[in-house]
Amino acid sequence: MKAISQRQRKNMAGNPEHETGGRTIVHASTGRNALIRKELADHLKSKRFLILLILISCTSCASLYGAVSGISDAIAQDSNFIFLKLYTTGGSSIPSFMSFIALLGPVIGLALGFDAINSERANGTLNRLVAQPIYRDAIIIGKFMAGVIVIALVIFTMGIGIGAFGVLATGLIPETEEVLRILVFLCFTTVYVSFWLALSILFSVVCRHAATSALASISVWIFFSIFMSLVASIIANAVYPVNDQYQAFYNSLNNYTLNMNLNRISPYYLYSEAITTIMNPTVRSVNAVTMDQLVGAISGYLSLGQSLLLVWPHLTGLAALMLVAFGVSYVGFMRQEVRSN
Amino acid sequence: MAEKMESIIQTIHLTKQYGMKLAVNDLNLAIRKGEVFGLLGPNGAGKTTTILMLLGLTEPSSGEAQIAGYDCTRNPLEVKSIVGYLPDNVGFYADMTGRQNLRFTGRLNGMDGVELEQRISELLDRVGMTEAADKKTSTYSKGMRQRLGIADVLMKDPQVIIMDEPTLGIDPEGMRELLNLIRELSVKDGRTVLISSHQLQQIQQVCDRVGIYVEGSLIACGTLAELEAQIQKNGTYSLEVDVEPCDDRILGMLAGQTDILNIQKEGRRFMITSKKDIRPQLTHFLGENGYTVMHLHQRGGDLDEIYRRYFEKAGQNDESNKSETKKKYGRKSRA
Repeated sequence: MKAISQRQRKNMAGNPEHETGGRTIVHASTGRNALIRKELADHLKSKRFLILLILISCTSCASLYGAVSGISDAIAQDSNFIFLKLYTTGGSSIPSFMSFIALLGPVIGLALGFDAINSERANGTLNRLVAQPIYRDAIIIGKFMAGVIVIALVIFTMGIGIGAFGVLATGLIPETEEVLRILVFLCFTTVYVSFWLALSILFSVVCRHAATSALASISVWIFFSIFMSLVASIIANAVYPVNDQYQAFYNSLNNYTLNMNLNRISPYYLYSEAITTIMNPTVRSVNAVTMDQLVGAISGYLSLGQSLLLVWPHLTGLAALMLVAFGVSYVGFMRQEVRSN
Repeated sequence: MAEKMESIIQTIHLTKQYGMKLAVNDLNLAIRKGEVFGLLGPNGAGKTTTILMLLGLTEPSSGEAQIAGYDCTRNPLEVKSIVGYLPDNVGFYADMTGRQNLRFTGRLNGMDGVELEQRISELLDRVGMTEAADKKTSTYSKGMRQRLGIADVLMKDPQVIIMDEPTLGIDPEGMRELLNLIRELSVKDGRTVLISSHQLQQIQQVCDRVGIYVEGSLIACGTLAELEAQIQKNGTYSLEVDVEPCDDRILGMLAGQTDILNIQKEGRRFMITSKKDIRPQLTHFLGENGYTVMHLHQRGGDLDEIYRRYFEKAGQNDESNKSETKKKYGRKSRA
């Protein structure tokens, strides 16, 4: 690819008459790769990224500390899959790494994307960029890809780092299945955070000012992380009231199911439920289980395949959410006028 | 036919409609290879829309635009690899140096390695930005940004350069350099340059031909001399007079004269419109009545006047237009 484009350049240099006929254009992927490269460099060098990294590292360290101090209690209860407990156990009043990431992970995505398009527009670099021989979608794809790469880098570094420190601190050696479960967890997390990246890019396409898009995406994040459960329970209680024993007898299962399904609209809940299942082989169902379903069930651990099967809808749901958010921003960006005003 | 052969930019019945508003109305334009063409018009005349259509960044409602034989809408990549675009208010990535910005543009155009670095140094030298090249672009002045913008445009070695309001907000010295550079791009490198502007004085120094654009329509197109001739034929003469003492009595005295169509007082000056050249009679007349002529100027000939006349012809009130232009000046133009 590079060789071809260089040859083109040489041809042009040797031919000052600017032959139009013989001049082939630069391949579209060259521009996209150049863009991804530049966006990556921008992200990695930016102060914003540094701050995020410090924030995430601090919380990871705190959660690791909590896990190491609380792990003996956890082992006392259940001595299998101990290594996973480094990720799922919290200490006294310190949440686990898993819940930290579920809550703070979105911030990484939001911070990387909230000014992706509108800052280019505001700085007047967008119309210079679109005048280069690249397709317009290369810009938004490049930005999204660069963001996803950075997110994957951060998530995997943190996840593997936690494991490494855990090995050093506790002397535990992970089993193959534990390693696989952790990798699935990290992949899930990357998709989850990428959803928030796509959402913030969407806001950056829609909103003219970076501040507006930042506020909008943060409010969505807070709503889904904190208020969605309140809203869900209000609706569930309104539809299936459980005010007295009689109502509870008839409605409690429906109430619970509706409440949970409403909660699952929130990517935060969806993700939390999925990773709890993945990281905890004792979780055998994500829905309410009735007593007669449990009759004759033998208590045991699910294999990784079965755990994955259980949360496959969650994964596809999250991936779909991410793609929808990105798709909408893609279409929005392609239809937008280029001019800056 | 011969003219068609050498025209590099061509628009055929190019039309763009935004809702009910016609931004560009049936534009037929042919720009020859190697010339500097000035697209003149007030803000909101549809200049930027036309440029965006030429670059394939906006789809025309009907008609088509071609650059070097490529359809701008269907083959935007081919077009964009031979056309350099310098937008108004050109921006750079603020946390990158000038050199890094150019490097990025070079990579987008498929350059890399030693060849890229050489080209960057060469262009920085050409626009006189070598010293500031390794400073962050956030520290650049408007003039420096404009010069870096030209280097940026030249990175891809374009055959056609399109500049949108390049002279906006540049100091006189910077302006002179910029105009020299534009001239050089056309004469020395043989590139075609299309400049859109509402600043006439600067543009007339460098343009081979100009097109005057009002409300989406091209109302005149040609060399300065051609436009002037066109105006003189169907037009009237306009005279600027400054006399001492400056009193209103003169208004009444002159208004009665046969050849004078209209007389107006603007500040200390009288604007006299007449059917023929009345300068000899007027000086004589004023001298007889005890006035001293301090200033006498026959309008016309410069682009400013041509521009004004065409606006009047297009049924626009010159004054309201001027003030509107000024009002819009501060904002980013939507032209």
